[in-house]
Amino acid sequence: MTTQASGDALVSLNGVNKHYGQLHVLRDINLQVRKGEVVVVIGPSGSGKSTLCRAINRLETIDNGDISIDGKHLPEEGKQLANLRADVGMVFQSFNLFAHKTILENVTLGPIKVKGVSKAEAEKEAMKLLERVGVGHQAPKLPAQLSGGQQQRVAIARALAMKPKVMLFDEPTSALDPEMINEVLDVMIQLAKEGMTMIVVTHEMGFARKAADRVVFMADGQIVEDTQPEEFFTNPQSNRAKDFLSKLLTH
Amino acid sequence: MEVIIENLPLYWDGLLRTLFLSAVSGIIALILGTLLAAARVSPVAALRGFSTVYVEVLRNTPLTIAFFFAAIVLPRLGVRFEQFEVAAIIALSAYTAAFVAEAVRSGVNSVPLGQAEAARSIGMKFGQVLTLIILPQALRTVIPPLINILIALVKNSSVAGAFFVLELFGYGRQMANANGDQVMAVLLGVAFFYLLLTVPLGILASTVERKVAIAR
Repeated sequence: MTTQASGDALVSLNGVNKHYGQLHVLRDINLQVRKGEVVVVIGPSGSGKSTLCRAINRLETIDNGDISIDGKHLPEEGKQLANLRADVGMVFQSFNLFAHKTILENVTLGPIKVKGVSKAEAEKEAMKLLERVGVGHQAPKLPAQLSGGQQQRVAIARALAMKPKVMLFDEPTSALDPEMINEVLDVMIQLAKEGMTMIVVTHEMGFARKAADRVVFMADGQIVEDTQPEEFFTNPQSNRAKDFLSKLLTH
Repeated sequence: MEVIIENLPLYWDGLLRTLFLSAVSGIIALILGTLLAAARVSPVAALRGFSTVYVEVLRNTPLTIAFFFAAIVLPRLGVRFEQFEVAAIIALSAYTAAFVAEAVRSGVNSVPLGQAEAARSIGMKFGQVLTLIILPQALRTVIPPLINILIALVKNSSVAGAFFVLELFGYGRQMANANGDQVMAVLLGVAFFYLLLTVPLGILASTVERKVAIAR
């Protein structure tokens, strides 16, 4: 395991545990992510990888342990938690664009209402971001009028509009038709190249190979391997990882 | 039939008073009910508890009890009104608010959880999540049931007639007493004027229902 000193870690999880009733979904998780690092979290379904991702901005509470972002402990509730979440971008499997707002409003709402940016300024920034993810011409439409791939790119733009310190991706391509997966992955690869700190839960092994600095393999709520992508794919250490990879290759 | 024509001014006045009672109580009930629904989904346990108890008590007791309380118990507790209309408005809005709260709450529950999660993830606070993201979407699905609640409110306002408030039903009672031989005609007239208020509301409900369905 390659663990960095928590001093220079942007995202740091120490001894994190969580139960759903009897089920121990996160078992003593320790994970440090440095600034600019792209960490891909993979593992079989039910391994706790999504829960881990959602715990980082406290969409899931944890039983014990400590999570801190940029040296600040994750607050339990209220204003401080809201402030911290504003610094952590999140992209969901099901996009979750605000259904009653236009594409442009989806991207400007956070900067205007949370950061107090002026409407004109927010719209200028939003248009730049929408152009960057290739959906600028869709700005006046409603989310339901866009394809899944386009909606997910808007969701990325919405998160980026808050100028986050780190971006969390919770299976961002799992709800997409195959031909739309690449358009989303391309945006994410570009983002990784530009130096964004990213934690990505995904089944896209191609993305892990191309863009990840580290691969974290989870099984049964534990981090089983934490290593370089090439190392992980060519020379997995644990039986769980070998088993997981062999199942991927047979299809 | 002449009795209706002869008393048209009374019917008209009654209609306006019923409309006034319903409109004022309706607006108060919509505001109070939405606040109760917000309390019901808030992270503060005490607010959730209060809202639950309020809604369950008011929704599960007869409107007449609310009227007795407003018209007889409140004055004994030192709350005095110049007119009985005020008591009627208090009773009607307090009672209707419970139904509004339930409708809005079901609307809030119909908005996918992901909407609130996305809003929280960009740093919105509870109040912002509710007013900017959840309620605007919830209210669209809730408009048809809300209009049904308002139709019930218009009819319920007739209970005020039994508490010395002169509105459509109150006038109807007076007219029936004065024209003992034509009670049927008088009451049919009352029913007709109620329909004049409630049928358009029903048509509005079905029109709105078709228009506001949001695409997902």
